[in-house]
Amino acid sequence: MKIVMAIIKPFKLEEVRDALTGIGVHGLTVTEVKGYGRQKGHTEIYRGAEYAVSFLPKLKIEVAVASDQVTKVIDAISTSAKTGQIGDGKIFVYAIDQAVRIRTGETDIDAL
Amino acid sequence: MKMKTWISAGLPVLAATALVAAAAFAQDAAVAPPDAVAAGPSIDKADTTWMLLSTFLVLMMSVPGLALFYGGLVRQKNFLSVIAQVFYSVAVVTIIWFAYGYSLAFTGGSSFVGGFSKAFLSGVGLESLGGTFSVGVAIPELVFVLFQLTFAAITPALIVGAFAERVKFSAVVLFIPLWVTFIYFPMAHMVWYWAGPDAVDAAAKALAAATDPAAKEAAQAALDAVLADTGYIFSLGAIDFAGGTVVHINAGIAGLVGALIVGKRTGYGKELMPPHSLPMALIGTALLWVGWFGFNAGSNLEAAPLTVLASLNTFVAPAAAALSWMFAEWLVKGKPSLLGIASGVVAGLVAVTPAAGFAGPGGSIVLGLVTGVICFIFCTSIKNAIGYDDSLDVFGVHCVGGIVGAIATGILVNPALGGTGIYDYVTGAVAEYSLSGQVTAQVKAVLITVIWSGVGSAIIYKIVDVIVGLRPSVEREREGLDITDHGERAYHS
Repeated sequence: MKIVMAIIKPFKLEEVRDALTGIGVHGLTVTEVKGYGRQKGHTEIYRGAEYAVSFLPKLKIEVAVASDQVTKVIDAISTSAKTGQIGDGKIFVYAIDQAVRIRTGETDIDAL
Repeated sequence: MKMKTWISAGLPVLAATALVAAAAFAQDAAVAPPDAVAAGPSIDKADTTWMLLSTFLVLMMSVPGLALFYGGLVRQKNFLSVIAQVFYSVAVVTIIWFAYGYSLAFTGGSSFVGGFSKAFLSGVGLESLGGTFSVGVAIPELVFVLFQLTFAAITPALIVGAFAERVKFSAVVLFIPLWVTFIYFPMAHMVWYWAGPDAVDAAAKALAAATDPAAKEAAQAALDAVLADTGYIFSLGAIDFAGGTVVHINAGIAGLVGALIVGKRTGYGKELMPPHSLPMALIGTALLWVGWFGFNAGSNLEAAPLTVLASLNTFVAPAAAALSWMFAEWLVKGKPSLLGIASGVVAGLVAVTPAAGFAGPGGSIVLGLVTGVICFIFCTSIKNAIGYDDSLDVFGVHCVGGIVGAIATGILVNPALGGTGIYDYVTGAVAEYSLSGQVTAQVKAVLITVIWSGVGSAIIYKIVDVIVGLRPSVEREREGLDITDHGERAYHS
């Protein structure tokens, strides 16, 4: 079992969700986050005060899937979230030790 | 049922009104020599209605207009504190105005401040008449009391923007009563107190009617006494239609002095301090603009053609200033910001305040264009160069815009530039215009205001600092004044 975590541009969420649904992924957690990478920030001006805003709003999505699904999920996300512009985000994959579905008590792969 | 009652009650009233109108028409038609009927000033219901409406409009400028304008511009953690300070100002000044404020501002006494003869509105009843700017036209004195109250209430509220986000509420609670008592009421008295048109007109007519030298001398002395019964700045010949000096320069310089004495916000220049809600600030700006028609056009004290001119000027000057600030910012900073457009509107409104009933619309447009650029430069470059922390640009907009407007009023009043000229109630005609004379008077008025308010406010800040302390601790300032002063927060999410 793996978690595929991706940082994406906020307006790409619906496309990513559609792409994931298309390959049979039926669960997704989304968090609003801020951060910066190569995109850097931008400048905001309020009357005389200029602020370099280095943290930009992004979405963090997390999908828990069986290990053999990971490549398909990465493909789906990287295709649907891509604009080709700097700031499209990144994908990270890491292992899950254990999973439990709270309602039924099912564990591991059955709980996904 | 209600309709029936209305009709049955309304018809006789209509009939009565028609009769009165007919009688008035007959009076007009009768070829009576002027002054044959020594009728006292009469009250017109339309004037009274307009003045009540103007009063409510100016109240709308302070709560909610100014409160939301300021509140939107501060950080979220200080939103409620700024609104609370504006509300407090309106509430406490209302009570003080009733107790002694009106009396200190608008009774005779010295040329610097009035007396206590109308404290607790003593002698101001339903029958009391207040003068306007037309001979023979009066409004109920009570409506004048209310209208002027809203000016006294909003002026100290303007100041709090300069030291927003870093002054204890208890300091504001002490500062505002002291400030209106020792700074505002004398200023209002110096600029606006005079005997009124009817007194001047009557004395001038008495002089004209006097025949033998002794009577002439007595009448001249009486006229001089009436003319001398004015505030000091008024007696210099300075004109201020709706409060450029009394309200805006006065509050603006007090704000600058406050920002300097209180010191910068913790983290100023190093941390992000962007406005927490520009939509809120924009709602506030819009309420200010609409309310300002009460402020400027209401200052004519009656519903007359000049009231319409003041309204026209209150339309065009802020529009011009919004555009000039917007294009200046676009050129210099690369983007035309909404806050820039809104700031231009406020700067234009400030500048046209003293000029509203004196300038022509063309003059007001030029005034707006110039003010928008000057205030833009002031708030964006000069403030940063000097390095003081005037949180919401009270000085850069109200004092600088007010000074531009006050001096420009002396130029734009010129009939040759489309202005109204200055009416002389002694001769009953528009007086000869003198550019140097009028501008000198305006500059004197500005200087007196800056010194009076600047020095006086500095003393009051020091007194408040000794008694309750101006600043909260750094920890409390960082936590935010909403929680530490008021125990509540604006948003829960």
